[in-house]
Amino acid sequence: MKKINIMFFGIILICLTLFIISFELEKDSSSGESDKTVNIFNWGDYIDPKLITKFEKQTGYKVSYETFDSNEAMYTKIKQGGTAYDIAIPSDYTIKKMIDNHLLLPIDHSKLKGLGNIDSKFLNLPFDPGNKYSLPYFWGTLGIIYNDKYVKASEVKHWDDLWNPRFKNSIMLIDGAREVMGLTLNSQGKSVNDTNVKDLQAAYEKLKKLSPNVKAILADEIKVYMAQDEAPLAVSYSGEAMEMMDNNKHLHYIIPEEGSNIWFDNMVIPRTAKNIKGAYAFLNFMLEPKNAAQNAEYVAYATPNKAAKKMLPKSMQDDKVMYPTNKTISHLEVYDALSQKNLSKYNDLFLQFKMH
Amino acid sequence: MKAKGLYFSSYVLWLLLFVLAPVALILYQSFIGINGNFTITNYENFFKIGAYLRMTFNSVFYAGLITLITLLISYPTAYFLTRTKYKQLWLMLIILPTWINILLKAYAFIGIFSQAGPVNNSLEWLGLGSHQLLFTNTSFMLVAAYIELPFMILPIFNAIDELDESLVNVSRDLGANKFQTFWNVTFPLTLNGIKSGVQVVFIPSLSLFMLTRLIGGNKVITLGTAIEENFLVTQDWGMGSTIGVILIAAMILIMFLTGEKKRRGR
Repeated sequence: MKKINIMFFGIILICLTLFIISFELEKDSSSGESDKTVNIFNWGDYIDPKLITKFEKQTGYKVSYETFDSNEAMYTKIKQGGTAYDIAIPSDYTIKKMIDNHLLLPIDHSKLKGLGNIDSKFLNLPFDPGNKYSLPYFWGTLGIIYNDKYVKASEVKHWDDLWNPRFKNSIMLIDGAREVMGLTLNSQGKSVNDTNVKDLQAAYEKLKKLSPNVKAILADEIKVYMAQDEAPLAVSYSGEAMEMMDNNKHLHYIIPEEGSNIWFDNMVIPRTAKNIKGAYAFLNFMLEPKNAAQNAEYVAYATPNKAAKKMLPKSMQDDKVMYPTNKTISHLEVYDALSQKNLSKYNDLFLQFKMH
Repeated sequence: MKAKGLYFSSYVLWLLLFVLAPVALILYQSFIGINGNFTITNYENFFKIGAYLRMTFNSVFYAGLITLITLLISYPTAYFLTRTKYKQLWLMLIILPTWINILLKAYAFIGIFSQAGPVNNSLEWLGLGSHQLLFTNTSFMLVAAYIELPFMILPIFNAIDELDESLVNVSRDLGANKFQTFWNVTFPLTLNGIKSGVQVVFIPSLSLFMLTRLIGGNKVITLGTAIEENFLVTQDWGMGSTIGVILIAAMILIMFLTGEKKRRGR
């Protein structure tokens, strides 16, 4: 009995100590220094860490940096409001959803310096007209990666080529309902935002026929596998493709000309932000061409900052993977925010496809 | 005896906060439709959409196979383990891998099974050529069985270890051969170990989901995948909770079927 007593009170003591420590830490970060700390919420590995140090030195703010791995996870966390993030970097359709649900603060353009550096192509997009709530950070596309050891360039020009019986059990798909359903809709000459029940059903019927060619449906792991020659073909994002191609010279990336997805990750200020001044300091810091260029070189995604693009190494500027021609871009579509009902429809069909 | 009350109340508090409250919340959520209204459409959909029923069947089927594989490996292992000299040491070595995070183990298998991995290298060296190992049902079940193995060995080992050796000797003295002794004496007396092993392996196997993506390449879809997708992607928490409730119901059924029926007949 005595032993249990000691253990019991030991555990309580440990709990209390941890509680007190966490309480003290919270007090530090929330009250005393809230006007000196900038809380940034970003995708993993999506900023050059040296830029954070530089920002801290230049402005005197302390950066508290946290990462997320999906728009949905980020959305839930900001909606619940546990941490007061001052800056977050969601994608296009999530920004629309956040605006609709009043989760963002409007951005005062008079407080910004260097908005003119941004290419006008990437401003005033349908998900945020007039850029009232968001500023472009990076952008990219969805396409096909192929390995020239196993596949000839002439064999993959269109989404339809994925259905070629020769590619049995050789394609790795990105695990996303919007992406996979979208490319099928594209291959049928439809929009990636189609919500017509008949069109979706037809896309699903076509998708079912792709099953024998699909080797796996994965997320980030595709990068590693493609670099290791595990599969000859993959469907993924341009930035991921850049990283793969750095590790394996045989890989190439193409955007099917009939259409595909173009996406944007923009900087926003969540409604719960405490340090508004710090948030604007960060926005202006990232608008500076020198910083944007350094970031684009490190992360290897395409920068919307045209002044920054000019500072990049020539090989990167001319890269058609990162910066497709205007003609290609004109065929690309941004994902719209779908209603809950249509989102469920997309996901249900995708889940059924996975089961084949 | 005041102290006893204190321990008891903390236990009750724990149960309320971390067992009953979450289950009650899931049950409540499962009746919430996508528009936030109170409805039973989630349950209707589960039984109406063929995909969910097939998924349920898949989950039960694969969990059953995984349990069977681990059982077939575990029983002999546990049996011979009790007869070794340093049995506690061997047991310790078998339990050791459970200290490593399941994700790390899964990633290790990705390396082992890949096209250029050690398994394919040895196959090629033996002249058998390289094979597609990752993203197959076999590799998924193998890795799942590997991860669950210690949880099956442990209860069976304990049951065999506690078996009174003299009962086996009596059976042999009275003329039963080795197999008859095993089948009529050892096996029935260690059945409780097998039952708890089956429970501990089958129930978590029903909702494995990270392995289905990392090793199975999403070619094996279980209810765990569906729950993850409903919560994280579709954000249809109602449907996710409904699948959760059905899993809980399935687990209670399994517990009931494999539980000890001591009270009956006594």
